[in-house]
Amino acid sequence: MHRRTLLQGSALALAAPRLAAAQGNARTLRFVPQGNLANIDPVWTTTTLARNHGLMVYDTLFGLGQDFQPKPQMAAAHEVSADGLVHKVTLRPELRFHDGEPVLARDCIASIARWSKRDVLGLRLAALLEEMRPGADDAFEIVLKRPWPGLAWALGKPSANICAIMPERVAKTDPFTQITDFVGSGPFRFRRSQWVPGSLAAYERFAGYVPRDEPADFLAGGKQVHFDRVEWRVMPDPATAAAALQNNEVDWWETPLADLLPLLRRNRDIAIEVVNTAGALGMLRFNHLHPPFDKPGIRRAIQAAIDQKSFMQAALGEDPALWQVPAGAFTPGTPLANDTGLEAMTAPRDPEAAKRALAAAGYRGEKVVILSPTDFPTINALSEVAADTLRRIGMAVDLQSMDWGTLVQRRTKREAPDQGGWNIFCTTWEGLDVSVPGSHQPIRGNGTDGWIGWATSPRREALRDAWFDAPDLAAERRIAGELQALVWEEAPFIPLGLLRPPQAYRRSLTNIVTGGPPLFWNVKRS
Amino acid sequence: MFAYIVRRVLATIPVMAIVALFVFSLLYIAPGDPAAVIAGDQATPADVERIRASLGLDRPFLIRFGEWVWNILNGDMGVSIFTNLPVTTMIKQRIEPTLSLMILTLCLAITIAVPMGVIAAWKQGTWIDRAVMGFAVLGFSVPVFVVGYVLAYIFALELDWLPVQGYTAFSQGFFPWLENLILPSIALGGVYIALIARITRATMLEVLQQDYIRTARAKGAGQTNILFLHALKNAAVPIVTVIGIGIALLIGGAVVTESVFAIPGLGRLTVDAILRRDYPVIQGVVLLFSFIYVLVNLLIDLLYTLFDPRIRY
Repeated sequence: MHRRTLLQGSALALAAPRLAAAQGNARTLRFVPQGNLANIDPVWTTTTLARNHGLMVYDTLFGLGQDFQPKPQMAAAHEVSADGLVHKVTLRPELRFHDGEPVLARDCIASIARWSKRDVLGLRLAALLEEMRPGADDAFEIVLKRPWPGLAWALGKPSANICAIMPERVAKTDPFTQITDFVGSGPFRFRRSQWVPGSLAAYERFAGYVPRDEPADFLAGGKQVHFDRVEWRVMPDPATAAAALQNNEVDWWETPLADLLPLLRRNRDIAIEVVNTAGALGMLRFNHLHPPFDKPGIRRAIQAAIDQKSFMQAALGEDPALWQVPAGAFTPGTPLANDTGLEAMTAPRDPEAAKRALAAAGYRGEKVVILSPTDFPTINALSEVAADTLRRIGMAVDLQSMDWGTLVQRRTKREAPDQGGWNIFCTTWEGLDVSVPGSHQPIRGNGTDGWIGWATSPRREALRDAWFDAPDLAAERRIAGELQALVWEEAPFIPLGLLRPPQAYRRSLTNIVTGGPPLFWNVKRS
Repeated sequence: MFAYIVRRVLATIPVMAIVALFVFSLLYIAPGDPAAVIAGDQATPADVERIRASLGLDRPFLIRFGEWVWNILNGDMGVSIFTNLPVTTMIKQRIEPTLSLMILTLCLAITIAVPMGVIAAWKQGTWIDRAVMGFAVLGFSVPVFVVGYVLAYIFALELDWLPVQGYTAFSQGFFPWLENLILPSIALGGVYIALIARITRATMLEVLQQDYIRTARAKGAGQTNILFLHALKNAAVPIVTVIGIGIALLIGGAVVTESVFAIPGLGRLTVDAILRRDYPVIQGVVLLFSFIYVLVNLLIDLLYTLFDPRIRY
């Protein structure tokens, strides 16, 4: 055999499987998620990845449209009694679970019951619930003690925890125990046998799913699936994910690192777009239990020193298309975002004035412990800018770097900072979560029963309660304005700007649904 | 010999017991809480507490340790706190990529490093010797992930010869399997090649000064015969020792290599489990790695008798 023939043969032998794989990939969407899908019960955990998984595998009774208003999804009809106490939901015909069984009213009731023990809005429903009663197989009623106009929104919201509709036998699992049966109701079937946590999660199109006969409208409308298979390929290394995207080994990367965007932009086959237009609200959270941040005056002094633009630039770079400032207490661009008192964030920053305000408010040089997660680059950047800001106004900062696993444990500690506690951490909240008072945990003032940071404010709690009873959008907006005014006054947290991190995908993908989390219906390969 | 093997195998039991106690205690005192990670960013402390209780993480150390040891003795490594999958299933899913990577790297390293070291010793002081030693310094100095990125850039992105990432099971064909492992093996092998080449050269230099080598030369033995039959065999014991010790390097390097090349192996499983504080998985994987390491060392000890008949057990 000639040497050249041998070399050509070897090259072909090596290339053949790659060509075959490329042909096989046409009906497979290869997606690199933001992290490792470690658990797959979207009611058991509030993690974003479990929620994204849940949106594929489970359908919901209602879904938000692009206008962030709820629309019937599994529901064919939603009737509310004149007194607002009885919500009758009629299911669409031909709804099927992945095991072929029909979706019945009792499945929905069990699913809502499980969700109502874990989700923040579900707990609200549990408090207001008189009873849930099945009618026919395809209809049921939710009877409330008091009217709640936001019920459909709560049942259709995409933020964790979603009200995933599961078979009754699955939904009867204790809400604090993970489910072990993964039969879903959504457009994709989870292939648990192929699941390799930390590497691969595979989904197949569920042939028995009947989409609504409408165009896709964010989480509502027709969920038409154009791929036979979707693979989540976990890649912990951003450089590897970038190289794989460039080399056409994956189609879509959810969280490209800001530093790698210029490189990806130079590739004509790759599009860089903001898919999650609701973005994530960056915020600085105080621990209200210990000095110095038990004093509102000190929290306000820091608020006056915060330059949102610096935070956004550190997190996502100079391109203003990737972030938005000023940002108030509610996600910019959503119906309840408002500019009440927004000058708290837009007025010129004056470090000297902030120093004086700190002294006047009683700051005595206490050490300020800031927790920073090194394995979350965006939050790490926010934490470093926060530390720098506080140092500039004369605070004694102790920036403590750690991994996320340590941070989430450390921040639950209520001890004083010098006994293993903390003073400040930065984080991001999904834009849709913090777009309304009901699911806006940081805005709450329910003290040690509430979210980490333990802020107490009866006034904010009262306004939140009033929002649940608001009869229309105008009333909701008025309440949101009052709440935002209170946020500037009491400073339970400081908004740092809206992050709109872009996603990167091969230009061969079209019709990606924008608005929030990555969704795998409607998208096609051209 | 048989009695020695039995003694050594039995000796692994207290070693494994100490490792088990050490790993369990370390995880107990280390910061971090799987319940807080599971609950997610939006959970309240009350949610975290309830999850912690449901997982049994609020029970005393001794009870948890006793249960774990009892389960291990019954062949049950437990269930992942996060995925709800048995640890043995997760290890089974991941062991093939890691073993493939390590075996290929081992073969590659021995094939390249031993001749390199022998030739460097033979040509001591020449440019060949300096080139080999220069490569060795480079192999020690450049981190695995840097080598990985450079290789991926050249051979995947620029030349499009090989994939950037991933793993194909051996059962799906030799070439697809090999295609995914070539770059990771070269990246991981760099430091290993450097280590073996250096020790081979140093040992060979010493052996080549021995009287019996001079005698062999005087009797007219050819250079290849002298180097590979007379000298290398006598230099083999330290080389084999270093190859054995280097398995620890491979295990450590596999963690980085598997991350850079997105290979779903045990190294990445370990890192993921540590980041999430998935205690049963960490404990299972560390025990397995310890067992492999102990076993490899036993194998190396047995190999000594092949190279040096004076060694008897």
